[in-house]
Amino acid sequence: MAKEKKAYSTGAKWFVAPAMVVLLAVGIIPLLFAFSTSFQQFIVTKAHLKGTFLGIWPIYDAPFVWLSNYRDLLFDQSFREALGRSLLFLIINLPIQLGLGLLIALLLHKPGNELVKNVARVALVVPMATTFAVVGLMGRLMFNSDFGINSFFWNLIFHYKPQWLADPNLAFLSVSIMDCWQWTPFCALVLFSSLTMVPVEIEEAAKLETDKWWHILRKVQLPFLLPGVTAILILRTADILKMFDVVFVMTRGGPGAATELISIYIQRIGFRSFNQGFASAEAIVLLILTIILSRIYIRFIYREV
Amino acid sequence: MKSDPLVVPPPIADPGNPNLRYRPKLHVGHLIALLLIILFCVFPFYWMIATSLKNQQDILSPIPKFFFAPTLEHYQRAVAKFDVALSLQNSLLVAVSSTLLSLLLGTPAAYAIARFEFKGKRDLWFWFITNRMLSPIVLALPFFLLARSLKLNDTPIALILIYLTFNVPIVIWICADQFRNIPKELDEAATLEGYNSFAIFWRIGLPLAAPGIAVSAIFSFIFSWNELLYALVLTARHAQTAPVVATSFMSGYDLPWGQIMATGTMIALPVIIFSIIVSRQLVRGLTMGAIK
Repeated sequence: MAKEKKAYSTGAKWFVAPAMVVLLAVGIIPLLFAFSTSFQQFIVTKAHLKGTFLGIWPIYDAPFVWLSNYRDLLFDQSFREALGRSLLFLIINLPIQLGLGLLIALLLHKPGNELVKNVARVALVVPMATTFAVVGLMGRLMFNSDFGINSFFWNLIFHYKPQWLADPNLAFLSVSIMDCWQWTPFCALVLFSSLTMVPVEIEEAAKLETDKWWHILRKVQLPFLLPGVTAILILRTADILKMFDVVFVMTRGGPGAATELISIYIQRIGFRSFNQGFASAEAIVLLILTIILSRIYIRFIYREV
Repeated sequence: MKSDPLVVPPPIADPGNPNLRYRPKLHVGHLIALLLIILFCVFPFYWMIATSLKNQQDILSPIPKFFFAPTLEHYQRAVAKFDVALSLQNSLLVAVSSTLLSLLLGTPAAYAIARFEFKGKRDLWFWFITNRMLSPIVLALPFFLLARSLKLNDTPIALILIYLTFNVPIVIWICADQFRNIPKELDEAATLEGYNSFAIFWRIGLPLAAPGIAVSAIFSFIFSWNELLYALVLTARHAQTAPVVATSFMSGYDLPWGQIMATGTMIALPVIIFSIIVSRQLVRGLTMGAIK
């Protein structure tokens, strides 16, 4: 058996090599370059290309300042605020998405209305597949304070039209609502597939014992839901660290910095303030956070390799 | 479905038989809840399409108009004005090329991960997962400078290459799972027939894993089509993709809302229709990484 495995393994490198080489070139080399840039005082408009090393690694005449970008980062309030904002975004939205998602999953799991349930399952795909930038456009349309449909309904109830995207808190709320629209279906579908993994006999037996759905949820379904919930927690955390498109189109991080999540902030420093050295240092910190998250993910979710 | 008061069982019904008491009522509630879910998911999309078909006056009406005379003028103007046609073409080119390339690179790697034991397999896997979670801004910053020195900025090539960083892991992720499900006995039989491992991969692995490969291709395509940050950073005019055009509308009072929504519809509708057709596979793929 062991011999057979070894015989197989000799070919493995030829299978993996093409993907490895390409991913090294487009994935790892840029990371190394970001790492080196993070030690430089690198202002895009001032740095000039001096030449290249081996034809791919550009050498710019930006002065090396070693750890000073990282030191600045430690004292940079905007960076901390942007991270804090992302965290707040997560804390506000994740419970809503999980809760609504679970409710939808339970409704889909409940017997009856099969045809409508099938339609609902397809409908849940729509928000997830919508181009994120277009979700931002939809947000701008629906949260327009003059003619937006959300303002119209708000006006019916509270008799005034709020400035959704001009007020810092409401802008944060508007972006959150669009995020909930887009990602609650994801939670619902993950939890729904977890529910279908509960053995039918156990669930039927439990239904004979009690007619309260939350007893069944807690005692029978919860153990099957937990892996899905953990996965959602980790994936959504990563997604919010990544989140860019919807916010960029809806508010550009504004008003002020009210919706400036971490990726938006780094993009602003790198490409609107042109301070690539500082932005790279921030990106490296973000990378480290992501690596920690991935480790957690592998630890709790992906055991089979 | 409304129950007749005469047939409703007395309030203190037999507790041993709860179904008799609850079922008729909850069934309607269930239906309404499901319809609400459908409405919640589809409404913003419907509203965008409806807006794209209204004339400017109907769009700006403070009381939303649900009934209106549809017009296609915004589509005609948008195509003429915002380089929408060019950007859609670019998006298609980038998404298709990157998908094909990642299948070419990813399927053999997935096969190796599913079938072989080799050094560094765990690290490789860890790296793929990290890539799935990494914010594009981390790579976009340095890739912009690298592409600039290689004169690749504002070309589709830069985008096709950088999209491999998320497409190849998707292909490996989904296809490795698919390859694992192929019985090992088939490989052993083929080895006895004198097939080498590449022939086994090509003649047995690939055909049997076709459904998984198709799903991963769909994913790569959708993710590439929808991607914004890299495209925003790496393209200027010639290679602009459709989502970049969606960001180019400035704020102000006199926005051409009809044209903006027409553009949004043209960007999102093809992918939505595509996703609805393959929704079953899509859901399986999306939830696969989560509940494994």
